Amino acid sequence: MKKISTELENTRKTFSFFSRLKRNSPVDNGLWNEIEEALIQADVGVTATSRIIEVLQAKSKELRLSTSESILDLLKEQLKNSLQKFNTELDSGGDPSVWVFVGVNGVGKTTSVAKVANWKSNENERVVLAAGDTFRAAASEQLEKWANSCGAELIKGAEGADPSSVIYDATEYAQAKNASLVLADTAGRLHTKSNLMQELEKIVRVANKGSGTVTEVLLVLDATVGQNGLQQAKSFAESVDLTGIILTKLDGSSKGGIIFAIAEELAIPIKLIGIGEGKEDLIPFDPEIFVEKILDFQEAS
Amino acid sequence: MFDTLTDRLGNIFGRLRSKGKLSESDINTVMAEVRTALLEADVNLKVARQFQDKVSERCLQSEIHTALNPAQQVIKIVNEELIEILGGQALNLTYSDKPPTVVLMAGLQGVGKTTNAVKLAKWFKSQGRNPILIGADLQRPAAVEQLRILAEEVEIPVFSEKSDPITVAKNGLSEAISTGRDVLICDTAGRLSIDEDLMNEIRQISDEIKPHYTFLVIDAMTGQEAINVADSFNDKLSLDGMILTKLDGDSRGGAALSAKTIVGKPIAFASTGEKLEDFEVFHPDRLASRILGMGDVLTLIEKAEDAFDQQEAQRAADRLLNGQFNLEDFLEQMQQLKKMGPLQNIVGMMPDLPQGVNPDDVDETRLTRVEAIITSMTHEERDRPEIIDGSRRNRIAKGSGTSIQEVSLLIKQFKEIKRMMKGAVKPNKRKKKKSSRGRKGKQNPRAKKEINQTTNAFDLSEFGSFKNS
Repeated sequence: MKKISTELENTRKTFSFFSRLKRNSPVDNGLWNEIEEALIQADVGVTATSRIIEVLQAKSKELRLSTSESILDLLKEQLKNSLQKFNTELDSGGDPSVWVFVGVNGVGKTTSVAKVANWKSNENERVVLAAGDTFRAAASEQLEKWANSCGAELIKGAEGADPSSVIYDATEYAQAKNASLVLADTAGRLHTKSNLMQELEKIVRVANKGSGTVTEVLLVLDATVGQNGLQQAKSFAESVDLTGIILTKLDGSSKGGIIFAIAEELAIPIKLIGIGEGKEDLIPFDPEIFVEKILDFQEAS
Repeated sequence: MFDTLTDRLGNIFGRLRSKGKLSESDINTVMAEVRTALLEADVNLKVARQFQDKVSERCLQSEIHTALNPAQQVIKIVNEELIEILGGQALNLTYSDKPPTVVLMAGLQGVGKTTNAVKLAKWFKSQGRNPILIGADLQRPAAVEQLRILAEEVEIPVFSEKSDPITVAKNGLSEAISTGRDVLICDTAGRLSIDEDLMNEIRQISDEIKPHYTFLVIDAMTGQEAINVADSFNDKLSLDGMILTKLDGDSRGGAALSAKTIVGKPIAFASTGEKLEDFEVFHPDRLASRILGMGDVLTLIEKAEDAFDQQEAQRAADRLLNGQFNLEDFLEQMQQLKKMGPLQNIVGMMPDLPQGVNPDDVDETRLTRVEAIITSMTHEERDRPEIIDGSRRNRIAKGSGTSIQEVSLLIKQFKEIKRMMKGAVKPNKRKKKKSSRGRKGKQNPRAKKEINQTTNAFDLSEFGSFKNS
């Protein structure tokens, strides 16, 4: 998989709040306000920010930290630690394994399917794509183009077909062809629409009924989205057993700070990060990389 | 979902009584809550601060309204300021006298440009225009196919070719002119506002087709960066307006406030769903209550206004307050309610839904059965359900296709409700009598408010969702 390019690093530096925090300033209210602002502007959210600062203040006191530099270092460690707890491995325990990609509209599900297909195909796995978005105009055409590009096979249905049956067919096909992995795309759906969430429950249920086993249900989350990201995660988690999150569009200026709240309140691991529109633009989630390069919390040069 | 602003403020100011002007400390306490609400709604930090200062200024200078407590007073001002910023000058769409009128769609990836390009084209068509769509998104696989499929639904032609976005746009314009189209809508690929190359590309497209209107399509769920995204696009393209999408979700939409503040141009349209008909002219007042966490109160009112006959509602409310409400009235109200649209949507628009209540769980079928039962009753039975004996119950059950148990249950429940209403109404009745005895026969303000709530005289300055302590 890709490594974060220098180009991306440099772009992010321009938008960093954390690297800009003065490292030699006095430890006063001004510092705490700046830290609060930086976190809020990173979409961390009001509640999560308060929590982080509370812990930071307590710990700073305990350790008798007297310089802004040491406090900022502590903050960096604290942020990293809060994201450490998860297992970011993807489960390939099925035969075939079925990974279902879910999320609201426009987040990058189809593109993420393509990226994972590309990654796994490069590791010599035989991958089958299921065009489970039977609602959106030209959705299966979009996935078909990706399938061709990544050397994966595609199973699609007619427009308006039942997504559950398309995905089921894909699992049977995979089994027959000895393919180890089925990647199921689904239609974007707002979590506020209960009929669509019910449809999703059915999709996962039916996908498990055939020869395949659903071993990952991945919520694709757009880093550009603000506080609603937490609500999305909560609502989707209520309908299906989410096993992980793919955080996309981190090549943009948004920081994706909502993941701190998600890590704290729900126990869903961030497994992958999307950093572009191309099929190579995927990296595994790493708290170190996220905090240092995405939040751009590096040493001031 | 987090507590609404109105809940939180209600709690703080439950017991506070102030006279004269609002004190600075009152304002600061309330503004701190408002700021939190704005940030939770994804309003950019800097915009929230600016806004806070402006509102505090206004609050300090305002006289206290006798009917409102400090929290309500501040909210009233906040709401007004929000509406003013979000609204302001509406987009006055005029058409070029040298057709076509060119419209350019711009925005980040995944916001809904393609879908809304078609929605906009459909809208122009409904205005009697002759639009054409240009598929200049050559980046996203099958983007042009998507555009074609959607456009076919509304019988609008699409032009595209396998070249490059700028050439497509250029040739699309020629095509529009040669086929006599009077509106051209150019869809483009989503692009990061920090991608210099792609931002230059869209600038070139713009220079080529010289749009009369450039719209930034912005997703209502966007976080803090909305302001920078809007700023960059505006800088590069000089926007004429914005289209706010995915308003059918539950994000509070503060991004719109940030974008509007920095761009200064109107939010022209709102997209409220995935279907092509889910497109409307933007209502700033609705978004204001949404940002504040007050639910889409105004849409609810509008729908109620459409559906409820004023006089009928007034009459029903009077009867309710006087303990005369019967099954006939109940049937009437239910039928009026049906006209407002699917119950789900209506419940979804209500602010202050108790925790755990999901509008989508509302079961409309039960109401239909209730309606059938009452319809099978005679007028006398509806007026005096106490006369409904066994054989009548049987007849009603058969007639409505339900069961005797359901009929009995309805009668029992209605009796209960009526009894409760009578109990609730009595204190007001007494108050009413009291005031008419010695004073100028002033109507009990609470009774009046209740009537107002059931009719459409919803006075927003009282914020019906407010829990008066």
